Amino acid sequence: MSQAQQAMPAERRIAALLLASTVAALALAGVYIAGGQPQAEGALLGVALTGIGVALILWARGLSTEGTVVGDRGVLDDVEDEAAIEARFDDAVDEPGRRSVLKLFWAAGGALGLAAVFPIRSLGPAPGRALLQTAWKPGSRMVDVTGRAVRVDTLQVGGTLTVFPQGAVNAGDSSVVLIRVEADQLKLRPGRETWAPQGYIAYSKICPHVGCPVGLYQADVHELLCPCHQSTFDVLDGARPSFGPATRSLPQLPLAVDAQGFLTAQHDFTEPVGPGFWNRR
Amino acid sequence: MSARGAPVTRRLFQWVDERLGASHFTRKALDKIFPDHWSFMIGEIAMYCFVILVVTGVYLTFFFVPSSDQVTYHGAYKALDGATMSAAYRSALDISFKVRAGLVMRQMHHWAALVFLAALIVHVCRVFFTGAFRRPREVNWIVGVTLLVLAIMNGFFGYSLLDDLLSGTGVRVGYSIALSIPVAGEWLAFLFFGGEFPNTEFITRFFVLHVLLLPAAIAGLLGVHLAILWRQKHTQFRGPGRTEQNIEGSHLWPSYAAKSVGLFFIVSGVLAALGGLAQINAIWIYGPYDPTQAAAATAGSQPDWYVGWLDGALRVMPGWEVRVFHHTIANPFFPGAVLPGLTFGILYLWPFLERRFTKDRDPHNLLDRPRDAPVRTGLGAATLSFYAILFLAGGNDVLSSVFRVAPESITNLFRVLIFAVPLAVFFVTRNACRELARDKVHPFGGSLGSRVVRTPSGGYELVEDPTTVVGAIRSDLAYTDDPTDYRPPPST
Repeated sequence: MSQAQQAMPAERRIAALLLASTVAALALAGVYIAGGQPQAEGALLGVALTGIGVALILWARGLSTEGTVVGDRGVLDDVEDEAAIEARFDDAVDEPGRRSVLKLFWAAGGALGLAAVFPIRSLGPAPGRALLQTAWKPGSRMVDVTGRAVRVDTLQVGGTLTVFPQGAVNAGDSSVVLIRVEADQLKLRPGRETWAPQGYIAYSKICPHVGCPVGLYQADVHELLCPCHQSTFDVLDGARPSFGPATRSLPQLPLAVDAQGFLTAQHDFTEPVGPGFWNRR
Repeated sequence: MSARGAPVTRRLFQWVDERLGASHFTRKALDKIFPDHWSFMIGEIAMYCFVILVVTGVYLTFFFVPSSDQVTYHGAYKALDGATMSAAYRSALDISFKVRAGLVMRQMHHWAALVFLAALIVHVCRVFFTGAFRRPREVNWIVGVTLLVLAIMNGFFGYSLLDDLLSGTGVRVGYSIALSIPVAGEWLAFLFFGGEFPNTEFITRFFVLHVLLLPAAIAGLLGVHLAILWRQKHTQFRGPGRTEQNIEGSHLWPSYAAKSVGLFFIVSGVLAALGGLAQINAIWIYGPYDPTQAAAATAGSQPDWYVGWLDGALRVMPGWEVRVFHHTIANPFFPGAVLPGLTFGILYLWPFLERRFTKDRDPHNLLDRPRDAPVRTGLGAATLSFYAILFLAGGNDVLSSVFRVAPESITNLFRVLIFAVPLAVFFVTRNACRELARDKVHPFGGSLGSRVVRTPSGGYELVEDPTTVVGAIRSDLAYTDDPTDYRPPPST
């Protein structure tokens, strides 16, 4: 009697849920036909699915008259079967005179496995010198991303621009951040005295940590910041890493000004750009 | 079963049984006993997320173009009109703005991935903290950890496919980590990514991995996981009448099946609502990935949450690298390859490591409560806090701007916390477990056998009431009074 009294509201609730679910599903179809609307689609699909889900769980609760049951776990292993399998296995392998042939199966299988490794080589080119050089050539003019050549008067002091070698704007390893500072503030390293004409200084834009673009220039403190992992580089001091996980200075590109007043590279970087690798000295 | 329905179903069962002989198995299967504890549902949530991932993923595959061919965009999203981008990114924009129901499907897919990983990790925690990985379940632990690894990898490949500015930066980081591996790194990176990054190969490759190889591996291993579970039967918590030899719960049919299918619908419903109402991975805001790096990824670049710990590790790692004999072991190798290697290596080996220390080689079907194994629980909690700190460190730029502190200070703080917090968490957790076991008090109860009663005159008095000792029933079953004892319970 009391069970029947409890059952009624539960059934009514289940019915209400299923009804709501049906209405939502039909409305979802309507929304789709009318052209679709992401929020309405998600909400209606949510109601349609959740309604069925809750109804099922209420239904399951109502019918578990048997309650909790206890069963036997049984055992997993069977010693007799194990022995039988072992015997069968040994029969096939241990037959006299066949042991030596068995070794040849191993040899043939191993050789096949080795041969199967070779097609993996087709997946990519050999590293070769790709990591050691960029598209910068002696005399390469600097261009911005639109291909316009950079002149000696392009930047004001404090200005910065991302530049590429002319004709290779798509070379991913050659992007360079060009900055103009007061020439007398620069602490150029020995041998680099001619690399920064008129306060123009150029560094590889690829972070030596994991290769993010070192794009944030804070002109007031002359620091380049990598937005990914916060490595910070001192622009005036050869882009020495002053904080963060980067271990090496940004490679510096030697600059020159040609007869027409365009900025050019004296030659390629003198060290590999970007993240470190095993064969990097 | 209604009178009208019986003959039809009966004929159907007979037809099937005569041809497949399936009745014996089915009958046993319907009577299979599943424990009723809620914590056993977490793994199911993960499984149902995977189902949703497959369903929504198949739909997305019909529209996604896995190509890095450069195209000019003239689509529904006017802010990017005329922009140069990959065909992959354009198709992702079209899915979001042009394909009807496409955005809901894409966002459901992304949410399902986030919840999938969350459920997997909570499930691993459940199994770890209750000792469910112990003999005979070591194999299923290994299968489970493999599922976790594959799921993280597939999540990474998935969001990398869209080729937006954020994901392209993530791929670049992955490439650099591969490159940093000693001796073989250059070859590994060039073969896996198809050459020096950036290149035009990786989208096609990631696509094959993401929609074919890894989902097939996950589905196959999920089948193995369930088959082993089916064979070994579930573990169960201690309780009156429960032993190592029996199992208590409800039958598969009908109550457990109905509840489980109900759970599937609820999980799907919540994911659908999230997919429609909660914006996720708004790729149109990030813009296309720019291989020339002219456009900078800005601060506030964070990966999906389940790889946040790796990004955090990259950030807190000091600027050290090893240079020996004209060779370099680059900095990202340690946080990017050694750390995950150790993480999953230790996770794989844990059942065997623990066995070595506890000398416990017995099979266990009864679960530990976390307090029953203070050292294990302490180590587990400390490990979780370690990865939580790394995860927070992955947002050091966000924290820096929210709290207006220099990113350097935040990072230095994390470099201390990463060691201090796990150490503290270990000792606090271990001692809390010992105390809980000793005092036989439920962690969230705290009542000690008395309650406050209001008297008719309006005053209050404390009366003895043993029934209010929360957790007392279970504590009566405690197998040892020595809280420092780390031996397993004797099987009853």
